[in-house]
Amino acid sequence: MKLKSLLATAAMTLGLATTGYAEDKTKVGFVYVGPVGDGGWTYEHDQGRKAVVAEFGDKVETVYVENVAEGPDSERVMTQMALDGADLIFTTSFGYMDPTINVAKKFPNVKFEHATGYKRADNVSTYSARFYEGRAVQGTIAGHMTKTNTIGYIGSFPIPEVIRGINSAYIHAKKVNPDVEFKIVWAFTWFDPAKEADAAKVLIEQGADVILQHTDSTAPQAAAQAAGNVVTFGQASDMAEYGPFPRVSSIIDDWAPYYIARTQAVIDGTWSSVDTWDGIGAGMVGIGEISDAVPADVKAEALALKEALASGEYHAFTGPLNKQDGSAWLADGETADDGTLAGMTFYVEGLDGDIPQ
Amino acid sequence: MDLSAINPVLLIASLMVAATPILLAAIGELVVEKAGVLNLGVEGMMIIGAIAGFATAVESGSPTLGFVVAAAAGAALSLLFVFLTQVVLANQVASGLALTLFGLGLSALLGQSYVGVRPPEMAQIQLPVLSDLPFVGPILFSHDPVLYFGIALTAAVGAMLKFTRGGLILRAVGENHDAAHALGYKVVRIRILAILFGGACAGLGGAYISLIRVPQWTEGMTAGIGWIALALVVFASWKPWRALLGAYLFGGVTVMQLNLQAAGVAIPVEYLAMSPYLITILVLVILSADKSRAPAALGRIFHASR
Repeated sequence: MKLKSLLATAAMTLGLATTGYAEDKTKVGFVYVGPVGDGGWTYEHDQGRKAVVAEFGDKVETVYVENVAEGPDSERVMTQMALDGADLIFTTSFGYMDPTINVAKKFPNVKFEHATGYKRADNVSTYSARFYEGRAVQGTIAGHMTKTNTIGYIGSFPIPEVIRGINSAYIHAKKVNPDVEFKIVWAFTWFDPAKEADAAKVLIEQGADVILQHTDSTAPQAAAQAAGNVVTFGQASDMAEYGPFPRVSSIIDDWAPYYIARTQAVIDGTWSSVDTWDGIGAGMVGIGEISDAVPADVKAEALALKEALASGEYHAFTGPLNKQDGSAWLADGETADDGTLAGMTFYVEGLDGDIPQ
Repeated sequence: MDLSAINPVLLIASLMVAATPILLAAIGELVVEKAGVLNLGVEGMMIIGAIAGFATAVESGSPTLGFVVAAAAGAALSLLFVFLTQVVLANQVASGLALTLFGLGLSALLGQSYVGVRPPEMAQIQLPVLSDLPFVGPILFSHDPVLYFGIALTAAVGAMLKFTRGGLILRAVGENHDAAHALGYKVVRIRILAILFGGACAGLGGAYISLIRVPQWTEGMTAGIGWIALALVVFASWKPWRALLGAYLFGGVTVMQLNLQAAGVAIPVEYLAMSPYLITILVLVILSADKSRAPAALGRIFHASR
C-alpha cells in the first residue's frame, strides 16, 4: 500500500513536472542528435515536426529533446518521453537503434519510429531516405566541377548509410571524369563544427576543390568559402545561405509527409510496424536548386539524372561494378538489391583507403 | 598512401591556428596558478567568451569588438569564482567545476538564437612583401592579429614572471601566501587580479574558436579545449614557453592526424584520433622530469587571520 501510494505520488509529480498533458491529444516525441538550429539534419527533422503541428493543430502535442548523445543517455530521454505519455516517438539518428529497441520493449503501447536503422519490432518501425540517389546527382556535378580532379569527402561514422553515399558519389563522379580521385576523412561525429571545419581545411590543403560532407553543420561550407575556389553541397538541408558559391546544390531531406502520415496512423489506430525507404521519386530526398556557378550543360545532365532516378528507370548502383578488392559485385545492367545496400560495408573499385572498423 | 599531398607549409600554418585557443587559455591559467589559485573553470569561461564574442561580432559586425567583449565576459564570469573562493573562501576545486558547468549551461541559453548564423570575417594581416615570401610567408606573416597576440602574450607573461618585481610578488603569493602577507602584500587583491586575467584570456581563447577557427556558434563547441589547456599548464611545469610548445604540439598532431587520414595512411583512424593527447602528454612528461614543481600554495585558501 505504502509503495503504491509512493509510486502514485511519483507518477503525479512527474506529470506535473512536465506539462500535464491532455488525455485526448496525441503526443508525439522527437529525439534529436544535434541542435534544431544546426542548419542540416536535425533542422530538417524539426521542420517535419512543425509540419505535424501545422497539419493537426490542437489534436497533437509535440515534444522534442535536442543534442541527445547516441548511446545510453538517449535511452533515458526516450524512457522519460514514454513516461510522460508520448504515443509516438521518432528517434532520428542511427546510433539510437539499440536504445530504441530496448525502450520499446518496456513500453509496448508506445509506437517508435527509428530513422536510418535496420532493427524493427512490433512497435518499432524504421524509416530512411535513399540519400544515395542524391549523392549520385552530387557526384555527377562534382566530377564535372573539379579542376584538380580531387574530391574531398567528410565522413561521419563508417556505417552503411555513409558508405553508400561515398560509393554512389564516386561512381557517378568517375563516370563523367575518369581521372577523379576521392580523399576521405572520417570525423567520427555527426555534428562538431570545429572538427568538420578542420577536416574541410585539411582536404582543401591537400588539393581538393570539391568538398562533399556527410556531417550536419555548415562549418565545411564556411571553410570552403574562406578558401575561395572550393565547391560544396548542402547536406540534409539546403544551406542556401552559402549559395550560389561555394554551395552549388544540395540534398534536402523532407520528412514532413512521412511524419504526418505516421501521426495520422496513430490517431486512426492503424499504425503498424513497417520499413520505409523512399528516395527522390517519393519526394523524401530533394535536390536543392543547382546554382548558376554550375555550367548549363552540367546542370542539365544532373537534372536528367535526377529525373531518371525519380522515375525508377535508372538505379544509382547499376553494374558493371566491382568491389574495392577487384571482385565482381554487379554484372552489366544488374542493379543492387536493397538488402546489400542496407548492409553495405565495402567500397567500390577505384576508391583508396580502408573503411575504419 | 600519398604523403607528398601533405604540404608542410600549410600544415604548420594551420597548426598555429589550431593551437591558439589552447595557448591563450593555458597562459591565462598559468598566471592564475602561479598566484596559487586553481581555477578549474577554464572551459566554462572559454565557452562564455565564445558566445559573447560571437554574439557581439554578429550584432556589431566587428570581430575586434567581439574579442574585446569576449575577454570582458570571461573576466566577468571569473568574478563569480573570485567571490566564491576569495570572499566566502569556498573550495577552489568545487567552485571551478561549478564555473565550468554554469558556463556551459549559460552559453547554451545565450546562444539559442545564434546557431547557424555566420559571423563577420576577421581580416588577416597581409604584409606587402613578407606575406608573399615562399615558405616563411604563409607560416609567419599571414595570420589573424589574435594569433600574434597569443604569442606576444606568452612572451610578455614569461618576461613578467621572470624579470619583473610584479612577477616576483605574484610568485611569492603563489608559493607562500602567509609570508607574502607578512611582507605587506595584498594577497587577495593580487589573486583577484590574476583570476580576472585568467578569465579574460580564456574568454579570448573561446572567441578565437567561434570567430576564427570554426567560425560558427554551437552549444558546447569548446569541446574540452579548456581541460586540455588546464592539463597543459601542469605538464608544462608552469613555464610559459613550454605551454607554447605543448599547445603547438597538440595543434600540430591534431592537424597532422587529419592530414594523414586524407593522405590515406593505413593506420586505424582511432589511433590517429587519440594521438594528439598521447603525444602531447608524453612529450610534456619527459620535459617536466626536471625539478620544477607546482606553486606551493596552489589551491590553498588564504585568510589573513590564520
